[in-house]
Amino acid sequence: MAACSVEQLLAKAEAEEAEKLNSITVKKELDLEFDIGNLLAFDKNRVEVAVFRQQKKDEFLLALARDNTQLLINEIWKQPTERVEEAIVAKLPDPVTPLPREKPPPKAKPPTKWEQFAKLKGIQKKKKTNLVWDETAKEWRRRWGYKRVNDGTKEWLIEVPETADPNEDQFAKRVKAKKERVAKNEFNRLKNIARAQKGKAPGLGLTPKAQQSKDELARAVSVAKSSTASVGRFQDRLPKEKPPKNTGKKRKFEPLIGNFSNEKQKQLELLQVMDSKKPKMDITKAVNKQMREEDREEAAAKYKKGAGKRGRKGNMPGKGKGKGGKGKGGKGRAGGGGGKGRAGGGGGGGKKRSKPGKK
Amino acid sequence: IFTLDHLVNVRVLRSKRFLESRAPKLTENVKTAMIMKGGNTSQTVTQALKDIYSLKKPNAVLYKKKNITRPFEDSTSLEFFSKKSDCSLFLFGSHNKKRPNNLIFGRLFDFHVLDMIELGIEKYVSLSEIKTSKCPEGTKPMLVFAGEAFDVDNDLKRLKSLLLDFFRGPTVPAVRLAGLEHILHFTALDGKIYMRSYRCLLKKSGCRTPRIELEEIGPSFDFVMRRTHLASDDLYKLAHRQPKALKPKKKKNISHDAFGTKFGRVHMQKQDLSKLQTRKMKGLRKRKGGVDSTEDESGDQKTTGNHK
Repeated sequence: MAACSVEQLLAKAEAEEAEKLNSITVKKELDLEFDIGNLLAFDKNRVEVAVFRQQKKDEFLLALARDNTQLLINEIWKQPTERVEEAIVAKLPDPVTPLPREKPPPKAKPPTKWEQFAKLKGIQKKKKTNLVWDETAKEWRRRWGYKRVNDGTKEWLIEVPETADPNEDQFAKRVKAKKERVAKNEFNRLKNIARAQKGKAPGLGLTPKAQQSKDELARAVSVAKSSTASVGRFQDRLPKEKPPKNTGKKRKFEPLIGNFSNEKQKQLELLQVMDSKKPKMDITKAVNKQMREEDREEAAAKYKKGAGKRGRKGNMPGKGKGKGGKGKGGKGRAGGGGGKGRAGGGGGGGKKRSKPGKK
Repeated sequence: IFTLDHLVNVRVLRSKRFLESRAPKLTENVKTAMIMKGGNTSQTVTQALKDIYSLKKPNAVLYKKKNITRPFEDSTSLEFFSKKSDCSLFLFGSHNKKRPNNLIFGRLFDFHVLDMIELGIEKYVSLSEIKTSKCPEGTKPMLVFAGEAFDVDNDLKRLKSLLLDFFRGPTVPAVRLAGLEHILHFTALDGKIYMRSYRCLLKKSGCRTPRIELEEIGPSFDFVMRRTHLASDDLYKLAHRQPKALKPKKKKNISHDAFGTKFGRVHMQKQDLSKLQTRKMKGLRKRKGGVDSTEDESGDQKTTGNHK
């Protein structure tokens, strides 16, 4: 009957389908866990150890691998595909398994002085083209660099402005101005970096500016003078210049043969002091010393606390000579508290010492 | 440029690019491995190191000279090498009477040792001994881990994560279907870990998905786990911290229910319901004569039921 044949047809079709799928289906008790982004499959099914030991290991492993791979491939083939240059490509999802990073995530850099200003004013970055049309040469020239459009150094004629001294060398003036601009730029770049690291930058007045105030100049002079091996003691002085007040670490000694009365006075005083049995103490000096000691201790304690919390708590039986020894106190210290979550990587860079645990 | 320890004055753009590639980034580079030998190595170990190097090429460096260190005691020289070569995975092979044919797999976080697991080679068949054609260098392998022990035992869990990290290669958005050739199969059974490497052949089956046939190519190892040095929990957690920028942005006002139906929320402004456009009901319109419209209403009610 027609009904029978329809049923038969359907049954036949189903059987065919099943046969087709037969070659790629694998029967497993537990489904595998897949992470397609990593092309990973994890099979948790139990294998009876006794069964395993009986068989030939390699063949058993081959069969197991074949089954698992079949399942993985089935899973991969379910992904959306597209054609890219004569090859069929399956798009993979993002990897799911969490894996540790190589390095800690980058810290956000504080904005530079210009960036802060631009944000404040709402100035957007405008991308400039690399090439500019040069009328004189009638071709496209770079905006900057080799064979650029407005190359000031190539000019062979500079008009002397009305206000300038006729004997002044305008070319040298240009060169000097350029050097100053470069130095200023470099200085600002370093200042930005120092601000980002909260480190020390060279003080004001030490790099030449166009207009310098009197005390900037004075400071620059004093710094330059004391930057010698003998900390400025033997530097020539101008006729009316006063001798510098604290000439560094070098000690000052009285001349051997000079003021006789002074020497006599000093010796008598010394004898008096030795006689008196009173403790000779300079009170201000003592107080200052004590304050300094206290400050130093405080700083050391804070740093130790910060570094201890940050240090690695690993079971490292290390010999303590770690290269990252700077911030890595954690080796010897019994791991302090759950840690503020700062890596031992905080130890990298001695510059970070000044602000432990607080970024 | 501020590198790991100090400020570097960079003059050339090429060096700047080099330093930037080594600096910490949002999405990181592929992990490279450094493969090195210890004070004394056997033939097995050197051959094994060479084979794993060929599996891991080009993201690996193989050091020729012997390094007289003991990673489990003092890892400073490992950390130094990793800093210099910018590698975050290492494989250290050694051989002595107490621990014959020893391989130490390890990874580093921020140039300090995170995990180290020592595996002893019990049986080893090298690449050259199995004479079949090999997969081309640099193919992304498929990884299969079998055995419930990988889920139950803590050490084996870490080992699984370490081996995954070691062998997975670069993360790609798409993969060529014909190029899925290499399979690395790890089985944890009977106290041992079996590593086999196969080449998979995609055979025709009735439907779109091919049938797999496997052919053993690569090195085959029978490992036994020896010592481990695993990172403490909080260091491990720290190493997994992802920067916020990488988290996928949640789309607001979209939700999914248990069946997978996607629901959206639309926020409307307040509507003046008196001015709402409804169906025309001529009968309700105001007439000049002011006729009672109840008769028409009932007539209209009949029609309303059918529509919608």
